Amino acid sequence: MDKPLISIVGAGVMGTGISTLVVGHGLPVVLVDVDEGVLDRARAAITTGLRHARLTGALPAGCPPAELRTALSLDDASGATAVIEAVTEHPDRKREVLAGISSLVRPGTPVISNTSGIPIDEMADWVDRPGELIGTHFMNPAYLISMVEVIRGPRTADGTVESVLGLLARIGRRAVVVRDAPGFVTSRLLHPMINDAAQVVSAGTATVEDVDTLMQGCLGHPTGPLRTADLIGIDNLVDALRALHARTGDERCRPSELLLDKVRRGELGRKSGRGFYVYSEAQR
Amino acid sequence: MIPEQQTDRAPLNTDVVIDEITRFVAEQTRTTPDADQDLFATGLANSMFAMQLVVFLEQAFAVTVAGPDLQLFNFSTVKSMATLVGRLQAESAADGDV
Repeated sequence: MDKPLISIVGAGVMGTGISTLVVGHGLPVVLVDVDEGVLDRARAAITTGLRHARLTGALPAGCPPAELRTALSLDDASGATAVIEAVTEHPDRKREVLAGISSLVRPGTPVISNTSGIPIDEMADWVDRPGELIGTHFMNPAYLISMVEVIRGPRTADGTVESVLGLLARIGRRAVVVRDAPGFVTSRLLHPMINDAAQVVSAGTATVEDVDTLMQGCLGHPTGPLRTADLIGIDNLVDALRALHARTGDERCRPSELLLDKVRRGELGRKSGRGFYVYSEAQR
Repeated sequence: MIPEQQTDRAPLNTDVVIDEITRFVAEQTRTTPDADQDLFATGLANSMFAMQLVVFLEQAFAVTVAGPDLQLFNFSTVKSMATLVGRLQAESAADGDV
């Protein structure tokens, strides 16, 4: 088939950003979520995302966006060439969705879990054909950041790796394939660093702005760790830190009180209008 | 097309537009830019902020930035943004005459 159809399951921040990336590169998408309101918001966000990507030159010239369909049932994902699961980082939720996808798709269809840190081999136990499962870790916004971490589990088949690398090349991404471990490479390094940055602020060593400004100006970080936390979503960050802490025992991965407090107050970052920084409607 | 939005709005003079855009950039970045300063090259703006500039111009000046105008180049300085706004308002006023 000339134009592969990509199914994306979960229409949160990541599912929406990946959908933007894929349709922006001319491949049709079926985006599945259980919540109609979430899908409505995702459609609007994808329209904005496509403009954002166009503006920054992140889409191929002369390539009109492909069709985006939204659906409430996993059944609509079944005919896809590849399925990308992008639900929240809760093992129970991922388990339910991955098992459902695996039972619906044709054998030979890559099942891609977009995760920031749950080991692929744990998830491989939940699917019918573990060889077809592979991990990706897209950054937010997926349509602007061209590098993707790809995680090959011990049971991932060669053919699955090849077809996913082919798909990523087709949507203009550069991939680095790493082995399976809690947090892989990027989250294993970044998440404890953000957690520490929050501790530094709690301790009164420096303000939020000064922490980010130092990390930008001295260490070349593009936005600073706390702005990155706002972009990730502090709730997602806490989930990912907990998943890391449970699997590594590293105390630097135990979510700091300041992060937990922000989640309790609904200050989740850019998407909720407030996290470490305050965002106007136009900035979300 | 909603021409009535435009008709009761006096055409803005460029200095007013420049002031308004400068104020927005200053509020968002805590730095007041010169009208000719390249916001991206000097690190004041990045690819995330670029989209905020688009949304701000569209809301503040009742214009739509689309097609070939959606290019970072048009947003690189306060002056280039003011020029874009001026042109889009003129085009929209011309359409409204029909």
